[in-house]
Amino acid sequence: MIEWLNAIVQGVLLGGLYALFAAGLSLIFGVMRLVNIAHGDLIILAAYLGLSTTVMLGVHPFVALLVVMPAMAGIGYVLQRGLLNQTLGTDILPPLLVTFGLSVILQNALLEGYTADPQKLSAGSIETASLSVGGLSLGVLPLLTFAMAVAVIAGLQWIFYATALGRQFRAVSDNQDIAQLMGLNKAHVFGLAMALALAVTAIAGIMLGVRTSFDPSIGGGRLIFGFEAVIIGGLGNIWGTLAGGVILGVAQTIGAKIDPGWQVLAGHIAFLVVLAIRPNGLFPRVEH
Amino acid sequence: MKTGTTRRQILGGLAATVASPAILTATRAYADNPTIRVGFVTPSTGPLAGFAEADDYILDGLRAHFAGGVTNNGKSYNIEIIKKDSQSNPNRAAEVAAELILSDEVDIITAAATPDTTNPVADQAEINEVPCVTTDAPWQPYFFGRGGNPAEGFRYTYHFFWGLEDVITNFTGLWSNAGVAKKVGGLFPNDADGNAWGDPELGFPKPLAAQGFELVDPGRFQPLNDDFSNYIAAFKDAGCEIVTGVMIPPDFGTFWAQAAQQGFNPKVATIGKALLFPSAIEALGDRGVGLTTEIWWSPNHPFSSSLTGTSAGELANGFTAATGRPWTQPIGFKHALFEVVADAIARAEDLDDPDAIAAAIKGTNVSTIVGDVNWSNGPVPNVSKTPLVSGQWQRQGDGVELVITNNAHAPNIPVGGELQLLG
Repeated sequence: MIEWLNAIVQGVLLGGLYALFAAGLSLIFGVMRLVNIAHGDLIILAAYLGLSTTVMLGVHPFVALLVVMPAMAGIGYVLQRGLLNQTLGTDILPPLLVTFGLSVILQNALLEGYTADPQKLSAGSIETASLSVGGLSLGVLPLLTFAMAVAVIAGLQWIFYATALGRQFRAVSDNQDIAQLMGLNKAHVFGLAMALALAVTAIAGIMLGVRTSFDPSIGGGRLIFGFEAVIIGGLGNIWGTLAGGVILGVAQTIGAKIDPGWQVLAGHIAFLVVLAIRPNGLFPRVEH
Repeated sequence: MKTGTTRRQILGGLAATVASPAILTATRAYADNPTIRVGFVTPSTGPLAGFAEADDYILDGLRAHFAGGVTNNGKSYNIEIIKKDSQSNPNRAAEVAAELILSDEVDIITAAATPDTTNPVADQAEINEVPCVTTDAPWQPYFFGRGGNPAEGFRYTYHFFWGLEDVITNFTGLWSNAGVAKKVGGLFPNDADGNAWGDPELGFPKPLAAQGFELVDPGRFQPLNDDFSNYIAAFKDAGCEIVTGVMIPPDFGTFWAQAAQQGFNPKVATIGKALLFPSAIEALGDRGVGLTTEIWWSPNHPFSSSLTGTSAGELANGFTAATGRPWTQPIGFKHALFEVVADAIARAEDLDDPDAIAAAIKGTNVSTIVGDVNWSNGPVPNVSKTPLVSGQWQRQGDGVELVITNNAHAPNIPVGGELQLLG
């Protein structure tokens, strides 16, 4: 019994990581219907920026967030205004293709700059610390990741529904043209949305880099779980993304409990079942 | 793709024509020396790029050496090496191999770094009847992965490296002397390597059982796994004191951190693939010290180049001096690849005849910087085995160094230290 409980608890914690991967995707899709294929590579870019910061300034990776988050936000704003805004329109294909190209460019630029060496962010003893709760060993780092995910999602939710910026996001999301008529500069709002999304990506990148080693090529492999978490939870619903991540994580660890080969398969099956029963996800965004 | 002559080509051609008297007097007259073209497919970019990091250093050294030409039947030939990037993708590797064969018209094609590079290139070479030499991939996936039949072998394609049986002998040798419980936890992913290592007939299970080790193998996980808690629980329940497997660095990093979080502390961790490169160990920090792995080549191997006379230590130090980076195991094999090629070019009866070159490769008996290469005594045709030892990452001064601790399989390679238990 305790083993199953362990599998579920570890799955929930894993879900926190997936939710962090997915939060930025969910945000961007919610605001501007952009599917960002380069999201995984942007996470890795954030991890490398974290690496450079920790090496140059000699600070703890979590402190490096103070540098990496604004840096990624700046990159996001420039990227959106300079490149991605030109691709947005009625056709969903151009942004898809452009972000795909961006993904290739990012991977190769990172390879050129940082070589193919696996790198890791060293966070000291916290990496291996654990708490014993009723016979279960819970790693401090996974707990922290989960707490971060909850905090990020809560923060995004607050921004969306309690601030002027959030009202602008919702306005352009509902109807770009009317929002424009009301005096919003949608290019600027989109830029801010991407900046916010990449600031979240910075957190995901740092947590990933502390958790395990990374190299320029592994971004894409992490992307699929992010997409699945978004879709399970319901497109554009931020709390749903957390729920989606947790469902995916638990499905994976339960599957792995039965047979390790089923770990990834079980996650995909959970995703397909949700898609078949609730094509809009479990908690689709309320239509206005 | 647009072909035809562009304005730039015309201008370039005109400029070259005008400048030709100057160029011709300034360079050596190559007209007398025919050129042998050697194609080289390597993963310069992508996930396998670590295997290829020494390519340019090795090729620059060889180009300088080959500048004097290679003599065949009393005639001097220039060797031109054409490098193409496989982008770590088997389909791309096949594509560039075909390009090298069909448009660059190479006389010999070479490839290195994992079956994803060697196999598609060798397959293209076999179909197009071009002699091919490959290395840096265990021989079972190379030979059986290409549908090789030990009774027939291949006509044009040759490979030198070690095999799974060598890894097994080395790992068990390492553990037998460690004095720990003979319970081994296996971490085998669902990829070509993991399935071969975990195979009940040809992989680890049988030889381990024969030597009294109990293997706990929960099953195959997908590479880039984010959670190993079920493996850790199974290993803890069984009381494993040894873990082994063949993993990519991110997977091992995830496993190793989770193992510590959940209180699983094996005495020995011997992992293939993930622990080859110094950078992977540095990334693990203190928890990287004491891990054990297979060693194909090191600066302490008592071998030297048949071409340049450079010793293993000199080659490794040269790389570090040129690039400021620590030595890695593929360096020696890259050099050896071209030792074999140059040796075959020197001995071929007729360099215009691919069959004669293939016959020369088959007849190779040369002591390279990675050991003897001789295709007459391999486990199957077209495969020559190089020695394999195993060792441990130990702290030396400020950094970590891979120290050979077990040479039972190749006693001529000196041991550098004793195995230290983890934790």
